[in-house]
Amino acid sequence: MKIALVGNPNSGKTTLFNALTGSNQYVGNWPGVTVEKKSGKYKGDKSIEIIDLPGIYSLSPYSLEEVIARNYILDEKPDAIINIVDGTNLERNLYLSTQVIDLGIPMVMAINMADVMEKRDEKIDTKKLEKELGVKCVLISAVKNELNNLMETLRSLKPSEERAYLSDDVEEAIQDISSLLKDKDFKRFIAIKVLENDPKIIEKEKIEPGIISRAKELALGLGQKYDDDIESIITSKRYDFISKVTGNIYIKKHSASESISDKIDKIVTNRILALPIFVLVMTLVYYISVTTVGTMATDWVNDVLFGEIIPPAVESFLTSVNCVPWLSSLILDGIVAGLGAILGFVPQILILFVLLALLEECGYMARIAFIMDRIFRKFGLSGKSFIPMLIGTGCGVPGIMASRTIENERDRRMTIMTTTFIPCSAKLPIIAMIAGAFFNGAWWVAPSAYFLGVAAIIVSGIILKKTKPFLGEVAPFVMELPAYHIPTLGAVLRSTWERGFSFIKKAGTIIFLSTILIWFVTNFGFIGGQFRMLDTLEIEYSIAATIGRAISFIFIPLGFGDWQATVATLMGLVAKENLVVTYGIIYGFAEASEEGAEFWGTLASSFTPVSAYALLAFNLLCAPCFAAIGAIKREMNNAKWTLAAVGYQCLFAYAVALMINQFGNFLVYGIFDVLTMVAVVILLAMVYLLLRKPKAHSLKTIGGAQD
Amino acid sequence: MKLNEVKVGESVKVKKIEGSGALKRRIMDMGIVKDVEIYVRKVAPLGDPIEVKVRGYELSLRKEDAKMIEVF
Repeated sequence: MKIALVGNPNSGKTTLFNALTGSNQYVGNWPGVTVEKKSGKYKGDKSIEIIDLPGIYSLSPYSLEEVIARNYILDEKPDAIINIVDGTNLERNLYLSTQVIDLGIPMVMAINMADVMEKRDEKIDTKKLEKELGVKCVLISAVKNELNNLMETLRSLKPSEERAYLSDDVEEAIQDISSLLKDKDFKRFIAIKVLENDPKIIEKEKIEPGIISRAKELALGLGQKYDDDIESIITSKRYDFISKVTGNIYIKKHSASESISDKIDKIVTNRILALPIFVLVMTLVYYISVTTVGTMATDWVNDVLFGEIIPPAVESFLTSVNCVPWLSSLILDGIVAGLGAILGFVPQILILFVLLALLEECGYMARIAFIMDRIFRKFGLSGKSFIPMLIGTGCGVPGIMASRTIENERDRRMTIMTTTFIPCSAKLPIIAMIAGAFFNGAWWVAPSAYFLGVAAIIVSGIILKKTKPFLGEVAPFVMELPAYHIPTLGAVLRSTWERGFSFIKKAGTIIFLSTILIWFVTNFGFIGGQFRMLDTLEIEYSIAATIGRAISFIFIPLGFGDWQATVATLMGLVAKENLVVTYGIIYGFAEASEEGAEFWGTLASSFTPVSAYALLAFNLLCAPCFAAIGAIKREMNNAKWTLAAVGYQCLFAYAVALMINQFGNFLVYGIFDVLTMVAVVILLAMVYLLLRKPKAHSLKTIGGAQD
Repeated sequence: MKLNEVKVGESVKVKKIEGSGALKRRIMDMGIVKDVEIYVRKVAPLGDPIEVKVRGYELSLRKEDAKMIEVF
């Protein structure tokens, strides 16, 4: 038996899902999109599968989540539907219910928040509601696990009978279309969608042209009568029906006095206090996840567990069994290092996710979007993009993962693509090395790197939001601000565990394989006509160096077209701070300090300050480390989008570094040549991309998302 | 009058919703239809979006979008 769980966001759907399935859950993504998919087996009977559909307000064709939910129902034909509604917010919740009822699938309505309603001294006549809607209604409290025979009710359900509850003229039109649909399933639902001229349903159900033109005719008639479009007429009629129903099902109604949530909101998003409170909350999040606990935990895993404990133990074991050098190097520098690269991020991710879950659960996350919307929407981002970017200053991996809280897929993708432009802590040694070796440790180098990162986000946001993949989808910002409530420990821990685990599972593979690949190309090479494993200081003979020599010409316009810079950049993909380590090895210092002060002198002779800054800019902006690429892949859930993201970052980094080098050379040394011209062309192209107007027809589709 | 012109703390009734397509549908899906009462609760600290109360819950929308909603 297959049961679909349908309901509004913030209706307690996930809590109910957890209560029903316990630990028998599978969390993944819907195919090809960034939307999370959850399914599980019912605790009390493993033969019942429950699918938690995305939280939605309607079954319209306009949002990804809505299309996913209704396609699932139409294609998979679940045996029954549990429609969870928030009893304290019945009117809007019932709007989705009426559409679900139209489907005719056996359905039980779980009216959640019974405990809150009781506290408010509010009472609903469920018998009356059942009669009005024609479906079974059960009062539950998902948080308190009071499910009142919800599942037993479900077993005895019959298909809900077709009900005509809209106005007579609209019902006549629905009947008209419905009679033409012959033996289709979900007749009433599809007839309404055809009447609404819903392009996705018309295509999916292969509706005949004759029926479509009949529907248009009927819609036109109704449209003239009400002086409105058909979708709006049907929406209004639904709400008319709901107002009538809710008007007489309350035995006792909650008086509209100011609730505790209202009082909290008055302070928290108050015009004067909102920003200071926001700064305080963000400081706290940053302090805990980046400055203290999170970084300490991650440093411990990286430096102690995968530095002082595991590798020496493995090494001594390998020596004791006389392991061949290449295998012991593969195990130590490839496999163990690869595992370390994955697990090292886990503690910090978990701590961040605890904080994010708290913010989401208590309702403050929606307020962050409310407060920051005005700034971020200009760059095609969501107000909620603030958190990924803030966390990104510590580490891009949890930063990218934090984009999970953004509800709109377009904003989410944009955030994933741009978050790693912010210098993370692993890029700080690179900044320190360049500042120390070329600029005498000047104070402005580090701030300029952050400025560069922020500018990259703004410029990319503006450029990308005008490109086709970002224009196509609809993104109205009409957002519910849910009531504040105290988060439950179980929900916070569960969401933290799920997200952390999915990082290990989905991002782990790519990180692990890349680490081993890089180990191979840097540790092996031809030396004296013989292919063998190399000593640390023989890096110039490695495969990586060979590749570096072959492709380093690409970086000539950027000012660092030698194999050393190419190899160092390549090694930076394992972990950005490796760039410094690699330069150390190249210049003969296997054990250099974090910023590489020992070889600053040698380094200074192979760059000009201008080309050194270009190297810095390129490495800050180009593809992030493999762990972050893994996180991008996990969140995009799509190979094409992952490649597009990394490709865009590299291209953007190249363009910026080229301009820095060429314009720098012109301004500082007065060099003007063909490459300077190229830089001018790139600059003009960038300005064009920034200023161009998106095509007129696409403007209309995204409507309100414009500023 | 348009919804974006309503002062904070005032209640109004919806007369008509202009526009078409996704945005209009979304606004209506959220319960803003003809004759419904809307209470304008506040403006975000940076001046946009606004927060309104409709059908007993809180909703935020941008001023640009609120322009589509004619009220009295």
